[in-house]
Amino acid sequence: MSERIVTLSVNGEPRSVIMPDNATLLEILRDHLELTGTKHGCDLGECGACAVLVDGVPVLSCLVLARDTEDHQITTIEGLGNGAAPDPLQVAFAEFGAAQCGYCTPAMVITARALLDGHGSPSEEDIRAAIAGNLCRCTGYIKIIEAIESVASMGPT
Amino acid sequence: MVSPHLVVGERHPRLDAMDQTRGAVIYADDVAPPGVLVGRLLRSPHAHASVVRIDTTHAQALDGVIGIITGEDLPTRYGILPISQDEYALALDTVRYVGEPVAAIAATSATVAERALALIEVEYEAMASTLSLRAALEEELPLLHGDGVGRNVHRSVALEFGDVDGALRSSHHIEEDVFFFRGNTHAALEAHSATASYSPQGKLTLTSSTQVPHYVHRTLEKVLGLPSGKIRVIAAPVGGGFGGKTDPFSHEIAAAKLAMLTGRPVKFTLSREEVFYTHRGRHPVLMWLKTGFSADGNITAVHFRSFLDGGAYGSYGVATLYYTGALQATTYRIPNYRFEGVRAFTNKPPCGPKRGNGTPQPRFAIECQLDKASEALGIDPVALRLRNLVEPYSSTVNHLRITSSGLKECIERVVAASDFDARHGRLADGRGIGIAVGSYMSGAGLPIYWNDMPQSEVEIRVDRGGGVTVLSMAADIGQGSTSMLATVVAHRLGLRMEDLNLVTGDTDLTPIDLGSYSSRVTFMAGNAALDAATAVRQQILSVVGRKLEVDVADLELAGARVFVRGDEESGMSWSEAVQLTIASDGPLLATGSYRAPELAGPYRGSGVGISPAYSYSACVVLLACDRDTGMVEIERVWLAHDVGKALNPLLVEGQIEGGVYMGLGEALFEEQSFRGAHHRGPSLLDYKIPTALEMPPVETIIVESDDPEGPYGAKEVGQGPLLPVIPAVANAIHDAIGVRIDEVPITPDKVVAALRSAERGRSTRFGPSGVPAFEFPEITRVEPPVGFGVT
Amino acid sequence: MTTHLPTFDYRRPTSLGEAVRLISSGGSSTVVMAGGTDLVPKMKRRQLTPSTVISLSRVTEMQGIRYQDGATTIGSGTLLREVVASRLVPEPLRLAAATVASPHVRNTATIGGNLCLDTRCNYIDMPEGWRIANGHCLKDGGDTCWVAPRQERCWAVHASDVSPIAIAMHTNVRLVSETGERIIPLEDLYANDGINNLTKRRDELLVELKIPSIEMRASYYKLRRRGAIDFALVGAAASFALEEAGSAEDVRIVLTGIASAPVRVFEAEQFLVAEGLSPGSIVEAAGIAGSCVRTQDNTDLGSRYRKWMIPVAVQRVLEGLAMNTNERSADRGTD
Ligand SMILES: Cc1cc2nc3c(=O)[nH]c(=O)nc-3n(C[C@H](O)[C@H](O)[C@H](O)COP(=O)(O)OP(=O)(O)OC[C@H]3O[C@@H](n4cnc5c(N)ncnc54)[C@H](O)[C@@H]3O)c2cc1C
Ligand code: FES
Ligand code: FES
Repeated sequence: MSERIVTLSVNGEPRSVIMPDNATLLEILRDHLELTGTKHGCDLGECGACAVLVDGVPVLSCLVLARDTEDHQITTIEGLGNGAAPDPLQVAFAEFGAAQCGYCTPAMVITARALLDGHGSPSEEDIRAAIAGNLCRCTGYIKIIEAIESVASMGPT
Repeated sequence: MVSPHLVVGERHPRLDAMDQTRGAVIYADDVAPPGVLVGRLLRSPHAHASVVRIDTTHAQALDGVIGIITGEDLPTRYGILPISQDEYALALDTVRYVGEPVAAIAATSATVAERALALIEVEYEAMASTLSLRAALEEELPLLHGDGVGRNVHRSVALEFGDVDGALRSSHHIEEDVFFFRGNTHAALEAHSATASYSPQGKLTLTSSTQVPHYVHRTLEKVLGLPSGKIRVIAAPVGGGFGGKTDPFSHEIAAAKLAMLTGRPVKFTLSREEVFYTHRGRHPVLMWLKTGFSADGNITAVHFRSFLDGGAYGSYGVATLYYTGALQATTYRIPNYRFEGVRAFTNKPPCGPKRGNGTPQPRFAIECQLDKASEALGIDPVALRLRNLVEPYSSTVNHLRITSSGLKECIERVVAASDFDARHGRLADGRGIGIAVGSYMSGAGLPIYWNDMPQSEVEIRVDRGGGVTVLSMAADIGQGSTSMLATVVAHRLGLRMEDLNLVTGDTDLTPIDLGSYSSRVTFMAGNAALDAATAVRQQILSVVGRKLEVDVADLELAGARVFVRGDEESGMSWSEAVQLTIASDGPLLATGSYRAPELAGPYRGSGVGISPAYSYSACVVLLACDRDTGMVEIERVWLAHDVGKALNPLLVEGQIEGGVYMGLGEALFEEQSFRGAHHRGPSLLDYKIPTALEMPPVETIIVESDDPEGPYGAKEVGQGPLLPVIPAVANAIHDAIGVRIDEVPITPDKVVAALRSAERGRSTRFGPSGVPAFEFPEITRVEPPVGFGVT
Repeated sequence: MTTHLPTFDYRRPTSLGEAVRLISSGGSSTVVMAGGTDLVPKMKRRQLTPSTVISLSRVTEMQGIRYQDGATTIGSGTLLREVVASRLVPEPLRLAAATVASPHVRNTATIGGNLCLDTRCNYIDMPEGWRIANGHCLKDGGDTCWVAPRQERCWAVHASDVSPIAIAMHTNVRLVSETGERIIPLEDLYANDGINNLTKRRDELLVELKIPSIEMRASYYKLRRRGAIDFALVGAAASFALEEAGSAEDVRIVLTGIASAPVRVFEAEQFLVAEGLSPGSIVEAAGIAGSCVRTQDNTDLGSRYRKWMIPVAVQRVLEGLAMNTNERSADRGTD
């Protein structure tokens, strides 16, 4: 097995990493780039906690080889909004009490961002379907759905 | 114009909410000190075996392996309860379940650590294992704890209050049922993680996803032989607890030991599989319940037997055992009560506390049986419950002190909101509605280890600029305990929550709180915080009063000002008042504490179940059941909860919704079961927690009974709301399709089996048929409080 | 620290030709990875420790959907998300693809990977330590199938949600190797053996699916525990090729989640060809399916319940067909 320097585009910046071929995107983000906002609950594609955007589409970073994401745009929770102006979803999740322990939250927010970007005005059903692969053990999803609905109703952001 | 504001009762996001949604919270697994080594545990492939020999030489020789330890390096026994000191961090001479840690490695990378694990040679001598309740209680098998063979009984109990046989003899109607509640687990999304480091000065620091930094601290002290001042335990923000992070664990102790041996930081993060062996899941409980009723539906006596499958170690099990018998009496008036219970040891991962520790199981039994009785007696299920309710400010037959209770209001409100009366028994086939109630403690009345010290202490420090720091060891596990402390203190000091700094969960910095379990934090740490804030307030008011030459009683603290009541322009700003106080009295800091009143009854075992206050809930579930597939779709849930006072309704709703969610999962999906000694599915694919598609709308109704001893009248909400959900589902399924599933979880195969049996004219019930033959100890008879006994 | 993959060499061909060359020159321990949603978990559990992984992510010839020569052609590397969203794909197939796993998984999973999905079982899809403790099963290098220890074969279950509907819709697949290519009915890709469940050679790549435009109705019914993530307890697809109004010349009923290959229930198919589709014949055909297909205790909820559910699933999918008046045609979409 070899290691090589690979450049990934993460949150709009080129990031060069010496990585082994067998690294998953999750490992690179968390262990090499110190972007620990992306969580993991199973490492096997079963919980959704590791979701990040690749070219705007939410994927499970624990299932994706980092090398397969070369030449693609990766967005993690750290890349949404900016310090001064967080993403409206981040504000809404906070205000609606959509995070309890907060462990599922980054992936939920990421998934919701992709939904809103791709979908003018999602219905409650659309929202439930979009986050069906994101398990949350604390909230019962209710306030998460409300938070997403509230941003959806504000129109395109 | 200063607008005096109220903090208590306002909807307020958690203090760290924006950090959470920006991914900025540092959880235990996000901690990565420079040079950190990767820790891994070698686990037993045997359910029950002697460890004959461990040879680590080959593993040790591997490049990149920095440290290896085995049981001999940590030969001190420990356990969360003083009466169950039966665990070793790494198995010493016996392994008792598949997955039990045997050795630990610290290596420079995960790849090396895993290769090294495979190079450790362990010679085992397998023994016969005990794999079921029945085997444990009926067969002669090698003892899990102790030598030779025998019954693997951990602990048994038999208590009687009043005269059960006499009351049953004269009862108009008797219901007798057997129920089984299969084990399940917390399945917090965050896996356990702990990082230890050891300074050249001999100071050990452990950062862990734990609900109980104090108990981890004590355990490290005991097992490592270090003085307490040389150990610092930091509870990282916990990514979900629910009781699964409430014991001291092998990986925490191993991380500490390896850090001491190698001088380098060591981190263990469990895989999802390992979580299923570590977590101390909910006990499987088999229950036999016999209840007598008078003709008009009054409960005359209850005889309850519980059989707990405890797994291989004690954990909180003795407490769980007593809990299965303790809280029956807090909802319904039971004049005569006999409780017999036994916890067995089996060669499976140890069980422990999960949300509602030991109470969802009997609650399922009681509430389902009440519905059966309601049919037999011809009294509707709501009326039957209402007529048996415990009165507020009374005592139960087993000497539990009841203070505030909003249970009646809870029932009335869910019944009205759900249109229960018009729907029950009247919906189209396949749709059903069911009701159940529950009750839970606001903190265990006694600490886990016997002591006379406060159960919670809070310190408040005020700096010269008026900045306020609140320090408490209470660990925020997602329930919002840190925000709760801020609410209480801000309200008392006339500040805003955001004005405060909170330092929590750090044994070096924060005064004691026993931990986030038994729903104790709001009541106990909240009262301690109120106590400390009151001291700060008094001190400031008296200094300002002297200065302004007004009576302290005429002063008001609000909107970050101190002023004479009625004249908000008078007085001074908060920071001026603080400076004045420091100039007058010296450093401005105060402590507060809470210790529950003496509540124990006149018998051994009465320490379990006592609490300074009980929360109450009532739940109605509306569902549809597919007769062909047995699949259940929950349409809507109504849940009313008496929280005493909602300090922050936003967080209270969140706890209720989360409790309903978890209850629905337990009712329909979740099951931790074993094929022989092997877990049937240690993964989140096999262990099915509901997705957003299964979660129905929930109508939450907050009932405020204003508890006289709770902080601003508050009681617990973290655990109680789960309890009634499970039996409400079972009762609704019966209403929908006419069969009784007396076993949780109610999976579709059970539903279809019951329907098929009913179609053939056989039983309309699916459930356990009997209980193991077990001779309970001789009954301890306890005189009930006045007014109880055969009537 | 996250669970990591075993070590391997990573190859990333950019053309089909390069891909098949790499495969045939690679040893038996070379695997191809499409979306990796099946392979990666298996590798993390060390069910598979290949020396080389050939990523198909850059082989654009294997991606995309087009309609040509009376057939819808779907490149095997097309993401399930794209299949679900494409107006070119017949609706029944889109709906079936939408039942796979979760939206996140479908955003990287491919349709080819779905058809080539490895068989699953309670004893094999387990963490490594579990399998060591339990004793490796036949598929895992041991000598006993724990599902049916007295038998010689492995009973792991075919679990694809796309294969039943694709077979019902008469799909052919194109297999390409360095030495040539062939087109076979999808049905023939499978063998009822939990270990050797695919008939294709190791060096053959599944390059595309071809779904002929036949006048037909088709539908898929998936019985699952949770509305997302979970595999089928039983999945049933059915199709009716329409000759003239009302009468069927070709009926297909295909089950997944039952045996090591998709199961066609010929007895029930023949019965319906003879009897036509009516409320009565549907119930009877479902009963026939229930009586002639066996289940094993190898996935969720055990064999008895899944055996009970076969007639239920067949009846539901047929009822769906009877109600569904949307005769499928390849260029129709709903969104
Ligand atoms: C949590 C979870 C839930 C799931 N639920 C479902 C479900 O409900 N239904 C379902 O059907 N599946 C499910 N899956 C399995 C899997 O995600 C899907 O089947 C997916 O479509 C597989 O596609 P892939 O591209 O990711 O395959 P890969 O993992 O890349 O490959 C799968 C197999 O096919 C081979 N392969 C891939 N492409 C080709 C090709 N072109 N030619 C030859 N061989 C090839 C690979 O070598 C490998 O053996 C689930 C997976 C997970 C992790
Ligand atoms: S960690 Fe990736 S899905 Fe669970
Ligand atoms: S907030 Fe805890 S898992 Fe979602």
